Amino acid sequence: MTDTTAAPEPTVPKPKVDALPLLIPVVMAVAALPLIGSTSTWITLTVAALAMGMMIFVIASGLTLVFGLMDVLNFGHGAFIAIGAYVAWAVLVPLAGWTRVEDPLWNIAALSIAVLAAMAVTGALGLVFERVIIQPVYGQHLKQILITMGGLIVAEQMLHVIFGGDQKAMPLPAGLRGAFVFGDVALERYRLIAVAVGLAVFVAMLLVLNRTKIGLLIRAGVENTEMVEALGYRVKRLFLGVFLAGSALAGLGGVLWALYRETLTATIGADIMVLVFIVIIIGGLGSVGGCFLGAILVALMANYTAFLAPKVALASNILLMVLILLWRPQGLYPVAKR
Amino acid sequence: MLRHILSDDYPKSRILAAVLLAILIGLIFAPFLFPGAAALNTAAKICVFIVLVASYDLLLGYTGIVSFAHTMFYGIGSYGVGLSLYFVAPSWAMIAFGLAVALILAAVLAVVIGLLSLRVKAIFFAMITLAVATAVGLLVTQFSEWTGGEDGKTYRVPEALRPGFRLMEEPLFGVTVNGRILTYYIVCLSALALFLLTLRIVNAPFGRVLQAIRENDKRAEALGYRVVLYRTSANVLAACLAAAAGALNALWLRYVGPDASLSFAIMLDLLLMVVIGGMGTLYGAVIGATLFIVAQNYLQRLMGLASEATAGIPLLPNLLHPDRWLLFLGVLFVLSVYFFPQGIVGRLRQRRRGGG
Repeated sequence: MTDTTAAPEPTVPKPKVDALPLLIPVVMAVAALPLIGSTSTWITLTVAALAMGMMIFVIASGLTLVFGLMDVLNFGHGAFIAIGAYVAWAVLVPLAGWTRVEDPLWNIAALSIAVLAAMAVTGALGLVFERVIIQPVYGQHLKQILITMGGLIVAEQMLHVIFGGDQKAMPLPAGLRGAFVFGDVALERYRLIAVAVGLAVFVAMLLVLNRTKIGLLIRAGVENTEMVEALGYRVKRLFLGVFLAGSALAGLGGVLWALYRETLTATIGADIMVLVFIVIIIGGLGSVGGCFLGAILVALMANYTAFLAPKVALASNILLMVLILLWRPQGLYPVAKR
Repeated sequence: MLRHILSDDYPKSRILAAVLLAILIGLIFAPFLFPGAAALNTAAKICVFIVLVASYDLLLGYTGIVSFAHTMFYGIGSYGVGLSLYFVAPSWAMIAFGLAVALILAAVLAVVIGLLSLRVKAIFFAMITLAVATAVGLLVTQFSEWTGGEDGKTYRVPEALRPGFRLMEEPLFGVTVNGRILTYYIVCLSALALFLLTLRIVNAPFGRVLQAIRENDKRAEALGYRVVLYRTSANVLAACLAAAAGALNALWLRYVGPDASLSFAIMLDLLLMVVIGGMGTLYGAVIGATLFIVAQNYLQRLMGLASEATAGIPLLPNLLHPDRWLLFLGVLFVLSVYFFPQGIVGRLRQRRRGGG
């Protein structure tokens, strides 16, 4: 008689959590404290850095997913940032009554409408962009870079044509201005909102990627597109969906960024793209978690050096990128095996 | 004789040869054919940009490396010569010194950037060069005590190159031969020499290896060519040529500034010129540069007239405004990448092969 108790199922070994890179922002923040001197300034700078980091993350996450999944490097991503910001500006003009009121609920309602409009327009334009400009050049990196740059130029110029080249003002709604003051430290309300929005986007992305079937397909596609296609899934639809989501996120990021700066020009997208590229290189192409970490690192570095040594702010970010690439040439959490 | 000068790289199309000859004659005899300061300015700019675009084609068209740092090297050349003339003395020795410093700095930077591409992939490289070029541009504007910041610096050139200097007392063919004409010929003949040098480089075995790397770098590596070394060398050569073009520019303009020497707009113009002219064919650089600069100067005037003429209609005057020049160029650029991947030169050569 055989023993009918089953042997314990062999369990799949848990993947090792690579926590070392998570220490970098902590180390940076701690190291900056003595250099800056006063704790209250440090807290203000760190919160500002978190807010900026969240906004850059929102923008960069779309770009890195698009590259990871579709192997398309979209240099025209900056166009969607600018378009999103301009659409929001245009929507907020008739809603001026809602934004001048001191009531935060009306303000948030107005902003939500603006954000939804911006995301809808940039998502739709993203679809058009993908079909018209990117689809003919799948797989040819050189042409992709050239064509998406061309698309960026055309989009920026069209913004000039439609909205004019002057700098527009995008004032924060009255109820969202000001700061919470805790003793010596002033935390701007808008920055906290930006952090909240960024975290919400990050959590939403993680949930979608890890708990839904679509997310599973996306993650599988990032690792091996042909296999997913061979298993019978319509990968082209997936591409379109991810590109649409990426463009919509860029639009959202553009609105947040424009409200942060409180001014708006057609080059708002291109200006921030350098930082976005640094973020996705540091994070690793295709990785949302890496993008998040990279965004925080870049923002921390930018804010601390802006305070300590303003002339070398951007150069210090490049130094950070070089150091990380020397340590991990594919970025901190590389996913896409390209 | 012609074979040696052109390094065995003939135009291979009668129309192309005719156009190139016309451009050559136009540029060499420009002071006499097109009198006037504006026309001479355009001609000098064309000469400088032919060298710059040719050097970029060496990198992009022949080696397949997309680099956004090219204007940085151009700026280094300009600022090297310009600042030497400004801070020390307006003399020939300082021009040579400035040029030497610029070439060394460009070469060193190119090696550093090139070695970084050892550890990262091609896409990363494009993004990294973009970031580096932006950072250098920012640094130049920040350290304004040295570089003149946003305003740039104007400086004096050696005695013989100033407008007041007269080489001959009597005007030659109706044009007074002054220092500016002399400067123009220095710029023009140097540009010709540098272009022929680039032609020599791409037609040498070195150039063939670069093309092999562009087509299939793993195979080139398997055949025994150390791809990293060749890529870095191509980077260095292109950077030095760009720096030389920058030096010529500084000599002609007698001004250096971020807008004239370092801006991203110049990088975009370069891309347009290379793609429209024809990637991977140096003659495309000549055609692209000439077409672009002539159009930029004279088409913009046309657009201005058209914009005023359509003043009543809603969106049209905005669309035709001369500042929107870049919009049409962008559209042309996108169309070129699709329908004209080999550019004008490629098309002309195809016609010759297909029809002639």
